[in-house]
Amino acid sequence: MTSRRLESGGFVDRGKVFEFKFDGRTLKGFAGDTLASALLANDVAVVSRSFKYHRPRGIVSAGADEPNAIMQIGKDDATLPNLRATQTELYNNMVARSTKGWPSVNFDVSAINALFGRVFSAGFYYKTFMRPKRLWRCYERFIRSSAGWGSAPAGNDPDEYAHRNAHCDVLVVGAGPSGLAAAVAASRTGARVILVDEQNEFGGSLLSEDTTIDSVPAMQWLEKTVAELSNCETVQCLTRTTAFGYYDDNFVAAVERCADHLGKPPGQTVRERLWRICAREVVLAQGAFERPLAFCNNDRPGVMMASAVQTYVNRYAVLPGERAVLFTNNDSAYFAAVAFKKAGGLLAAIIDSRQSGAGVTAVTNAVDHGIPIMNGHLVTDVVGKKRVRKAQVAQWSGDTSQTIKNTVSIECDLLMMSGGWSPAVHLHSQAGGKNIWDETHHCFVPGETLQQNRSVGAGAGQWSLMECLQRGGDAGRTTAEACGFVVQAGQTYETPQDQENPIEPLWRVPASRSPDRCAKQFLDFQNDTSVADVRLAVREGYRSIEHVKRYTALGFGTDQGKLGNINGMGVLAEALEVPIAQVGTTTFRPAYTPVTFGAGAGEDIGEIYDPVRKTAMHEWHEMQGAPMEVVGQWLRPWYFPQYGEDIHAAVARECMAARNSLAIMDASTLGKIDVQGRDSVALLERIYTHDVGRMAVGRCAYGIMLGEDGLLMDDGVMARLGEQRFYLTTTTGGAAAVLTWLERWLQTEWPELDVHLTSTTDHWSTIAVVGPKSRELLQKVGCNVSLQRENFPFMTVKDAELGGFPVQLFRVSFSGELAFEVNIGSNYAMAMWELLIDAGQEFQITPYGTETLHVLRAEKGFVIVGQDTDGSVSPVDLKMNWLLSKNKDYLGKRSLQRADLVRTDRKQFVGFVPVDGKTVVAEGTQLVNDPLLPVPTPMCGHITSSYASACLGHPIALGLLQSGHARIGEQVVAAQSDGTYVDMQVVSPVFYDPKSERQNV
Amino acid sequence: MLLIKCPWCGNRAESEFNYGGEAGIARPANPDTLTDAEWADYLFMRKNPKGLHQEQWNHAQGCRRWFNAERDTVTYRFTRTWRIGEAPSSTRDVDS
Amino acid sequence: MKKYSAFGLLRNALSYNEKWPEAWRSPEPKRKYDVVIVGGGGHGLATAYYLAKEHGVQNIAVLEKGWIGGGNTGRNTTIVRSNYLWTEAALLYEKSLKLWEDLSQDLNYNVMFSQRGVYNLAHSLQDVRDIERRVSANRLNGIDAEFVAPEQLKKNIPGLRVTANSRYPVLGASLQRRGGVARHDAVAWGYARAADQRGVDIIQQCEVTGIRREGGKVIGVDTTRGAIAADKVGVVVAGHASVLADMAGIRLPIESHPLQAFVSEPLKPVLDTVVMSNGVHGYISQSDKGELVIGAGIDSYNGYGQRGSFHTIEHTMQAIIELFPAFSRVRMLRQWGGIVDTCPDACPIISKTPVSGLYFNCGWGTGGFKATPGSGWAFAHTIAEDRSHELNAAFDLQRFTSGALIDEHGAAGVAH
Repeated sequence: MTSRRLESGGFVDRGKVFEFKFDGRTLKGFAGDTLASALLANDVAVVSRSFKYHRPRGIVSAGADEPNAIMQIGKDDATLPNLRATQTELYNNMVARSTKGWPSVNFDVSAINALFGRVFSAGFYYKTFMRPKRLWRCYERFIRSSAGWGSAPAGNDPDEYAHRNAHCDVLVVGAGPSGLAAAVAASRTGARVILVDEQNEFGGSLLSEDTTIDSVPAMQWLEKTVAELSNCETVQCLTRTTAFGYYDDNFVAAVERCADHLGKPPGQTVRERLWRICAREVVLAQGAFERPLAFCNNDRPGVMMASAVQTYVNRYAVLPGERAVLFTNNDSAYFAAVAFKKAGGLLAAIIDSRQSGAGVTAVTNAVDHGIPIMNGHLVTDVVGKKRVRKAQVAQWSGDTSQTIKNTVSIECDLLMMSGGWSPAVHLHSQAGGKNIWDETHHCFVPGETLQQNRSVGAGAGQWSLMECLQRGGDAGRTTAEACGFVVQAGQTYETPQDQENPIEPLWRVPASRSPDRCAKQFLDFQNDTSVADVRLAVREGYRSIEHVKRYTALGFGTDQGKLGNINGMGVLAEALEVPIAQVGTTTFRPAYTPVTFGAGAGEDIGEIYDPVRKTAMHEWHEMQGAPMEVVGQWLRPWYFPQYGEDIHAAVARECMAARNSLAIMDASTLGKIDVQGRDSVALLERIYTHDVGRMAVGRCAYGIMLGEDGLLMDDGVMARLGEQRFYLTTTTGGAAAVLTWLERWLQTEWPELDVHLTSTTDHWSTIAVVGPKSRELLQKVGCNVSLQRENFPFMTVKDAELGGFPVQLFRVSFSGELAFEVNIGSNYAMAMWELLIDAGQEFQITPYGTETLHVLRAEKGFVIVGQDTDGSVSPVDLKMNWLLSKNKDYLGKRSLQRADLVRTDRKQFVGFVPVDGKTVVAEGTQLVNDPLLPVPTPMCGHITSSYASACLGHPIALGLLQSGHARIGEQVVAAQSDGTYVDMQVVSPVFYDPKSERQNV
Repeated sequence: MLLIKCPWCGNRAESEFNYGGEAGIARPANPDTLTDAEWADYLFMRKNPKGLHQEQWNHAQGCRRWFNAERDTVTYRFTRTWRIGEAPSSTRDVDS
Repeated sequence: MKKYSAFGLLRNALSYNEKWPEAWRSPEPKRKYDVVIVGGGGHGLATAYYLAKEHGVQNIAVLEKGWIGGGNTGRNTTIVRSNYLWTEAALLYEKSLKLWEDLSQDLNYNVMFSQRGVYNLAHSLQDVRDIERRVSANRLNGIDAEFVAPEQLKKNIPGLRVTANSRYPVLGASLQRRGGVARHDAVAWGYARAADQRGVDIIQQCEVTGIRREGGKVIGVDTTRGAIAADKVGVVVAGHASVLADMAGIRLPIESHPLQAFVSEPLKPVLDTVVMSNGVHGYISQSDKGELVIGAGIDSYNGYGQRGSFHTIEHTMQAIIELFPAFSRVRMLRQWGGIVDTCPDACPIISKTPVSGLYFNCGWGTGGFKATPGSGWAFAHTIAEDRSHELNAAFDLQRFTSGALIDEHGAAGVAH
């Protein structure tokens, strides 16, 4: 046994034993453990294998910077890939497995890769696998299968997620000493505060360190402070909540893990909740990450961050080894060594790279605990593959460019390392803030900010507890004051004062051979990026930090370089012979730590992924078993099959009913706009192409609108209800866009016009009553106006009472038959529909859907915008010249004169019939004059609509054909996507009732 | 998520707005008198500056009014917003 | 310059990788070049490479304000395909795809072009019509394309939700088997190395601040590293096209917008192809490293900030879960943004300009990466010959005056 649980101490609950499985082994931990602390308590040294070389790897850190302990947690559809064991709270019956290593992490056949380590240098795959070309697929399969960590689940997510919007005056990110001080100070002014921390309890470093605040143990201060915040009504405290993204205008996204620590969300609990926080001021107190040291084989299991050791000892009561060596270049790690010693470990030596060693406080502390200190020494290498056995130590002059010989080797099973600290500037940087190089502490610290945020504590390069508390409190007051709250005098804190010696940077540790030839010194553990890789990149000309990152994969791991990037920058600076400040950082991007897609998506998935719009008659259609067609957000009945019918039989029946007797359709999805105001005519004259002003009151007209580019945008029937009042209809899909279009012109270009536009799409339901018997039906249910042609001609509108309901009655037709459209308030629509259906039984009234609608209009050659047009079609192409007024300007008119728009060989709207009289070609099929021409075979048009026509007895099609208007009678060939050809005769697009007599009866 | 100050409603979330592109492109009074090139300039050519940009927005999920705004296309920060037909304030009038 | 090969890797490994030469030089700018290419992205480097290779131009510089491949080349979702609707676009992208197919060998740099197929999903009857139309057109243009029915999709793409009751049911898809993905950075680096070998000076950290003209003709550029004279200047700077055009007094129909993308943590192989959906606005593939690479929508506003708004990311996550419900438990590792130069017709501009000797290549919007080789090839021709190749004749600036736009919004409706 080399790592073990301590008998006492820590914040784990020894009374609550959790069993869990790791790679099939059943182990035990306690409530309060992370998976990492529980594994260490069970002396599990190897938890993973590395990416390229499959080297055994152990737990390195205790937080978000962990590169190695990447686990698959849970089973089946509830499994979670790539969780860091260091941030995964243990629960009873957890099932965890490592994500690398076959057949197991302890024996991995791919470890043979390590023998070829130098071949697999940075960017090696760009230089090979190129020949023979056809083998790339095999190479790639191999590359892919060896990449990746965990596995995505296979089935649907059993859990739910939620979004919550929150507003506050001061958002504090991080509840360590500085964040707590900030939150308390701000809350005492009355400001609304949100305090978030990624851990399961507040306290941050105080949970790991043994110190005092105001002469009482820090834990007492912590309890008191947390209690004050929890009891304050204006403070929202969120644990297990990671602020992962800082976006524009102080919008901070945070994810709260509500249930992962329980294994499974109980009852109605969501698994995760995304907080979308709008904060007036933000205090960032994210802390800092300890840096590893880049000596040879620094990735061996048993090599661990000094602060992580301190955390495992003090917080989790786990001793990660029996006999440790500490290797450091700064004072902070001395306290970790002492903590290890005090907990019963044996500390063989502190190896301090600095010639003058540590400051008085650290040294006294170590000496008091009987720990030998070797100043001016380095750990250059370690011995042991699956567990550190020895540290190789060399005396050192301080010159990094030299190679050095080992002088001592010290037995140990734990090597604690500390290369100093890097402030977590992630959110500050995401917010657009700059970072500056601190020459004293050798780290990037937050510089100028672009948004309303400030950084405090270790995250701002403030290292003493006193400074953290003081500056935290100051930030809390300053931000509250900025929000307009009255601030009292600042509070002061009393903490032990340390006398420190400054850190001396050590980005790479000299070894007995040159950095290009010595054993691997890892920078990015997860991606196996070594010092030699960065140097190779520079040698090959990849000099920008972004090039080095991309060429070597430095910082591309799931820890996003939190652990190793800074050493990489140091090594790069050395190789480029420039100061590290000049190398700069890579861009910090969200997410700070990874965020579940489910949390980002929230509730708006599945059924409510997009709102469904249903007409007032929707349920009736469903009852009839009509399949639905998705049209924008609407669901529309596609056809109404009777027993045993397929779509073709149903549509043929529906069409014949409309042509011969009586049919009925729900047309409610048509866009409807009510236009009122003194200048309604003036506005519509500029929008529509025809002479709107010439329409008599009570008349309807077909109208089109063009974009300013002269191309068809939307169409519909408009009715003049009064001198300055119009009712417009638009296509189903175009309703919102047309309203916006009208409003925009009205408000931005012609604000002098007095016009009011109101969407009435949902207020009116529209029932189309179609067929020779339609007039009889309306008469039968009782209509208070005469429906005869003389009184109610085609293309007119009247207010009427129908079956006792007030309606707007339009005599319009999209089928070519005698037809009426009944506009009725949506609350009455279902009653009207049922009334008409019941009364229509004697005429075999037949409901029809969108497919029959399409066939009927195609038989008449009516265009459907968006199907027969595609944004490249002009009204002239559609032979709609009769709609283009010469008496006025309108949107798009000028564009119609441009060279390309007046070409005579443009694609023009025509009809087609298959020469064989029976093939219904696929809609979309391209047309060619000669299919035998070599590729690229010139195309002369395409089919936009194509149907079997029951009433004509043969298939019909519509489409766009080059010079089509002049080619009636000719033949072209439809080249279907399945490779077959169909000869098509070009005909007029009006197939049925060409003189349009039927609608006028 | 940008915070946008509608000159009628005050600060609202970006998701309530539609963007309308460059502001101040007046529709030519007599399109027929323009050359094709001049018409194309009106139709398609845009300043697209890197820096301050005068643009139109529509408070689509709110008052549905169009308004003008000046915004930096690098920092995305609004400097001012104003109603159609009014002059912009001479100083920055947006808090964020 | 040594050729890259497996043997070379071994030999260099024996000498501790100490003898690898520079992939490209970092020369000081000369006072004068025959051709200056502004923009060291994939398109600019490809242009320089083909100018040297196909047209024998000797004295070329590529000026890059930052580091090569640092713009959209290194920020896109790496999809390569040529199944565009209109013949003009399809033939240009197909030229590009043909160049892709031999690119690793041509450049002697493995760009990891993986022809794993690209599916475009249909969610409505109109989508189906549009796909039929595009597939039919592609086949006539000699571009591989097929329509895949829903039952077959289920088999081909495990995990894709193909059920009738989903909000936007999948009614089929087009498939281009020759489409796929590539390693984006490698494309810039490969072209840079190959261009450098042909004598092209690649000058990084050199920002163009002015375009010098005399009598309606270009004579050079001002840069942060001094003035550089040139007979011809080709500008290919994506999102910054308008900024450069302004220096030369040219107006462009371009708007620059943020386009966002994100990747998941690396996963074991789970998706073997590329899936794109205009209907639900999402597209997804899995990189060789195991990350799910996902494109989000364009943010609505003009922006040069290389970042966008979070609700755009939320919508994309919803779309991905709509298509692949199991990815709900996968986590986003990193998100980023690029600046895309959008054109009114979603097609590029590869064109001469009113200034003699000045050429612009821009407007690729969301689809530039796949075009990299073809764009460079056609732009090189345009610059060398002072006239468009027939492949890019339709992509002249003149089309905005004549009205001969090539509306590819159907093919480019979502970012890709």
